[in-house]
Amino acid sequence: MTGKTMSGIRVGIALAGAVAVAAPALAQNEQFIPNLVYRTGAYAPNGVPFANGIADYYRLINERDGGINGVKIVFEECDTGYATDRGVECYERLKGKGPTGAAYVIPLSTGITFALTEKTTVDKIPIISMGYGRSESRDGSVFQWNFPLLGTYWTAADIILQHIAKKEGGFDKLKGKKIALVYHDSPYGKEPIALLQKRAQMHGFETLFLPVTHPGVEQKATWLQIRQNRPDYVLLWGWGVMNSTAIKEAVAVGYPREKMYGVWWSGAEPDVRPAEDGAKGYNSAALQHTAGQFKLHEDLKKYLYDKGLGAAKWEETGEILYVRGLINAMLGVEAIRTAQERFGKKPLTGEQVRWGLENLDISADRIKQLGFEGELRPIKVSCADHEGTRTGRIQTWDGKKWNIASDWLTSDDSVIAPMVKEAAAKYAAEKKLTPGCLVTN
Amino acid sequence: MLGPVLETLIGGLMTGVLYSLVALGFVLIFKASGVFNFAQGAMVLFAALSLARLSEFMPLVLAFAFSVLIMIALAYAIEFLVLRHLVNQEGIILFMATLGIAYFLEGFGQTLWGSDIYKIGLGLPTNPIFILESVFPGGLLIDPVELIAAIICAVMVLVLAVFFQVTRVGRALRAVADDHQAAQSVGIPLNQIWLMVWAVSGLVALVAGMMWGAKLGVQFSLSLIALKALPVLILGGLTSIPGAIVGGLIIGAGEKLAEVLLAPVLIRTFDLAGGGIENWFAYVLALAFLLVRPQGLFGERIIERV
Amino acid sequence: MFYREVGQFKTSYDADEAIFPIAQDRWSVIVLIAFASLGVPLFAGQYLYTEVLIPVLILSIAAIGLNILTGYCGQLSLGSGGFMAVGAYAAYNLALRLPETNIILVFLFAGVMAMLVGLLFGLPSLRIKGFYLAVATLASQFFLEWAFARVKWFTNYAPSGSVAVGRIELFGIPIDTPGKTYIFVLAITVVLTLAAKNLVRGRIGRMWMAIRDMDIAAEIIGIRPLHAKLSAFAVSSFYIGVAGALWAFLRLGSWEPLAFDVNRSFQVLFMIIIGGLGTLLGSFLGAAFIVLVPIFLNQLPSWLGIAMSTAMISHIEFMLFGAMIVLFLIAEPHGLARLWAIGKEKLRLWPFPY
Repeated sequence: MTGKTMSGIRVGIALAGAVAVAAPALAQNEQFIPNLVYRTGAYAPNGVPFANGIADYYRLINERDGGINGVKIVFEECDTGYATDRGVECYERLKGKGPTGAAYVIPLSTGITFALTEKTTVDKIPIISMGYGRSESRDGSVFQWNFPLLGTYWTAADIILQHIAKKEGGFDKLKGKKIALVYHDSPYGKEPIALLQKRAQMHGFETLFLPVTHPGVEQKATWLQIRQNRPDYVLLWGWGVMNSTAIKEAVAVGYPREKMYGVWWSGAEPDVRPAEDGAKGYNSAALQHTAGQFKLHEDLKKYLYDKGLGAAKWEETGEILYVRGLINAMLGVEAIRTAQERFGKKPLTGEQVRWGLENLDISADRIKQLGFEGELRPIKVSCADHEGTRTGRIQTWDGKKWNIASDWLTSDDSVIAPMVKEAAAKYAAEKKLTPGCLVTN
Repeated sequence: MLGPVLETLIGGLMTGVLYSLVALGFVLIFKASGVFNFAQGAMVLFAALSLARLSEFMPLVLAFAFSVLIMIALAYAIEFLVLRHLVNQEGIILFMATLGIAYFLEGFGQTLWGSDIYKIGLGLPTNPIFILESVFPGGLLIDPVELIAAIICAVMVLVLAVFFQVTRVGRALRAVADDHQAAQSVGIPLNQIWLMVWAVSGLVALVAGMMWGAKLGVQFSLSLIALKALPVLILGGLTSIPGAIVGGLIIGAGEKLAEVLLAPVLIRTFDLAGGGIENWFAYVLALAFLLVRPQGLFGERIIERV
Repeated sequence: MFYREVGQFKTSYDADEAIFPIAQDRWSVIVLIAFASLGVPLFAGQYLYTEVLIPVLILSIAAIGLNILTGYCGQLSLGSGGFMAVGAYAAYNLALRLPETNIILVFLFAGVMAMLVGLLFGLPSLRIKGFYLAVATLASQFFLEWAFARVKWFTNYAPSGSVAVGRIELFGIPIDTPGKTYIFVLAITVVLTLAAKNLVRGRIGRMWMAIRDMDIAAEIIGIRPLHAKLSAFAVSSFYIGVAGALWAFLRLGSWEPLAFDVNRSFQVLFMIIIGGLGTLLGSFLGAAFIVLVPIFLNQLPSWLGIAMSTAMISHIEFMLFGAMIVLFLIAEPHGLARLWAIGKEKLRLWPFPY
C-alpha cells in the first residue's frame, strides 16, 4: 500500500508543480490572442465552424502578410464547452500569455460575456462580443471594455419585427397580432424580451414567451402550446441542437415555417439541415453576411487550403458560422491595426487594443480591400456606440441554401437608445460606476 | 377546450413511451445486478452515434447489426474492466463507477464518431396526422414518428417479457434478480448473467437511441435523456419492467399536461418570467407517488429487519 | 517512527476529548493552516488564487455539507446545486435590499435560508430511502433552479435573469484582490471545518452515523429518525448554502441559475465519493481532485509538447476523467482519505517495520 500512497503523493506534487509552471515564453514580436471555443459537447455543431473561421483568418494573416504589420499573431484555443465557469477558467489561464498579454477576448457565449464583463475591466482587456452579449453594453461610457460589434439582440429583435411589420403593411397592422418567442433559457435567450415588450406596448400586439431548458431537446410541450395558441409569428432564440429540434417540432405540429424567424444564431446550416425538407421556408436574421464563399476565399485557398493548413474542410468554408468567424477575427485584427497606427507597430496591450476598437472605422473601400465586399457594411465605433453599425437582413432557407429575402434593415434607435441608456444607468448605479469615456494615452 | 387537452394527453403519452424506452435499460440492469446505471444515457448516445455514422456508408439494416455487435462488445468491456473488480461494493460506489463510465463513453463516442449533429434516416413520415377532425376544430394532432416509436416499444416489451418467462437464460436472469447467492449456489454463472443483462440493455439503448435519433437527430445532448428517465424509474419502481412502461406514460402525460394547462395559470398568478415547469414537475409527481408508496408503483416491497 | 503516539498520555478529560488527541496531528494541522494563510500568499499568483485555491476551498465547504448528509447520515442527495443556489440568491437579495449589512451576516443569512429550504425538502427522507431518495432530491434541484430563473423578485427584475454583486467590504476593508478573497474564504473554511469536526464527533454526529449504519436498529436503541435526519439535512444545507453564497459572491461575481445546475450537484457528489464518504479530510481531497484534474488533463498535451486539436484534448479529458474515477474506485473504494489513513498507519513503523 505504501507504493500506492507514494504514487498518490507524487501525483499530487506533479499536479501542484504543473499548475505553477509558467507558459513557455513567447518571442518578442508577437501579439497573443486567446480564443474561447467549444468543439465538444451539446453546442459543438455550432461552435466548431465559428472557431475554424477565426483560426483560419489569423493563420491567413500570418501566412499572407507575415502578421499585422510584421507582428505575428499567436493564438491559443481553450474549450469552454459553453459552460460559464470553464470559460472563466480559460480566460484566467490565457489572459497573461504573450509579451503583452491578451489583445482581446472573444467569449462566444452570452453567459461567459456576462461573467467576464467585470474581470476584463480590472485586467484591462477588451471583450468583442460580436452579435451577442448584453444589449446595453453598447453604451461605451458605462461598458468601457465591451464591444458588441455589428448588433445586439435588441437590434436583432427590432430588425425581425420591422421585417414582419413591412410584410403586414406597417407597424400599425400588428395591432391584435400575437407574436411568440421560443427562447433558450439563459441570459442569451432572455435578452430580446425587453425589446419585444416595449414594441408590444407601442404597437399593441400580444406576446407569448416560451422558455426552453438547456440543451433544448425537449420541446414537445412548447410546440403544443404554440399549436393551441396559434401565434401569428414565432421568433426563435435558440442555440445548438435547440434550433434544429425547434424546426423539427414545428414540422411535427404543422406550424408554418414561413412564419418562423430565428435570430442570427438560429440561422446556420447545422440548424436547418437535420430537419431536411421540413426546414424549407424558415427565416432568420442575418448578421449582415450570409452563406457562400467570396473574394477572401481566393486567398484562403491559395495560402491555407492548397497547403493543407486550413482548419475546416474546403467545402465548409462557405458556411454561415465559418464566415462569421472570419468576420469576427477580421474586426479584431483591424482593431489591432488601428491601434498600431497610434501606438507603434509592435505587440500591444489590451488597453491599447481597446483604443483601437473604440476608434475602429472600416469604410466600404477598406472592406473591399480586405476581401469582404458584399458581406459587411461600413462600421464606425465610438465611445457612445460600441455596436458600430446596426443593420441586418432577413434570409430564408430554400431547402438547399440560404437566400437573402429582404433589404438592409436598420434598428430604430429612437426605440432602442433610451432603453440602452436606462439599462446602462441602472448597471452603473448597481456597480457604483461613474460613466464616462475612457481616455488612453 | 377538450380538444387541446386530449391532444396534449396523446402527445404526452407518446413522449412517455420514449422515456420508458430509456428507463427500461436502467431497470434491466438494476434488477439483475443492483447497479444503478447512470451510464444508460451515455449508452443511448453511443449506440445512436454508431448507428448514424455506420449508416452513412452501409444500408441501415447492416448498420443496425454492426451496432448490435458494438453494444455487445461494450457490455463485455464494462463487465470485464469495471464491474468484475467492484463485486460486493456498496450501491453508491457502483453508481459512481457508472458515472465514470458515462464520462468515458461521452468522450470516447465523440472521439470515435464526431461531435456534429447526425441523421438516422428511417424514412419515417414527419408530417403530422390529424384525426377526428369532425369532432374537434383542427382535429387531434398525432406525430407519426412517436406513434411508430410507441409500437416498437410495445413490441420490445413483449419480446422481453417472453424472453424472461420462457427461455432458459431468462429464467436464470429472474433467479439472479431474486437472490444472487441462491442463484449462484444452484450453479448459475453470475458473470455471464451480468454480461447478458448489460448486453440486453445495450440493445434497449440502441433502440431508444434509434427512435430519439430519428426524432431529434443524433447529437451529444441525447445523453441527457437519462435525466428524463429518472423520475419514470422511481415512479414505476426500480425493479419493475411494467413499472417503467406505466411510469413513463404517467410522467409523459403528467408533465405535458402540467406544462400546457398549469404553467399559464402559475405565470398569471405569480407573475413569472415564463413557464417551463415540466422539468421539475415530473420529479415532483414522482415524489408525490413515492410518499404514498416508497418503493414505487410496482417496486418490490421493502422489508427491513434488524 | 515519526508518527507515534507512544508517550503521549491523556491525563485529563479535556485532553481525551481534544479535537486532535495526537500531538503530530495537532501540529500538522496548525502548520498546514499557518502555511495556507501565511506561506501561500508569498508565492501564489492570481491564477492560482482565482482558479485553484478559492474554488477548491469553497467547494470543500459544499463537500463537507454533503458529506454530513450523505457520508455521515447516509442520505444520498443530488440536490446540492439547488441548495447552493438558495444560498447565493438569499445572499444576493439581502445584500441588495439592506446594503449596509455586514458581509458575514449576509453569508450567515444565506446558510440559514438554505437550511430552512433543506428542512422542507428533507421531509420526504423520512419515508423514502436509498436511490429513490437520491432521485427524489433531484426534485428540489430542478424546482429551485426553475424558481430562481422564473420568480422575478429573486433576481431584482433583471431582464436577462443574470445578477451581479458590487463591491464587497468587511469592516470597511474592501475584499477586492484575489489575495484578500483567498484569506477571507480560508478563514471561513477553517471555522466551518472546525465546527463540523466538533459536530460529527459529538452526540449529534454519532446519532447520524447510527442512522446511516442501520436506521431501524438506530430507532430501536432510541434515536429518533425525524430528529436525526432532519438535523442532518439542516446542517448540511447550511454549509452548502454558505458555499453557494461564497461561490456566487467571491468566485463568480455575476451569475445565472445555470451556475448551480444539476452538474454542480454531481460535481459535489463526485468530490465526497472520490475523497471519501464520512471523512472531513476527504471533502478537501475530493474537492482538490475534482477541480484540479480537469485543468491538469486539459493542459497536459501542451506541457508534453504534443500538438493536438482542441476537440481532441476535450474528448481525451472526458475519457481520462471517467477512467480515473473508475480506477480510483477499483483501487480504493473508500476514497482518497482512506489512502491517507493507510499512509499514516504505515508511518508509525516506517522506516523500521519490525
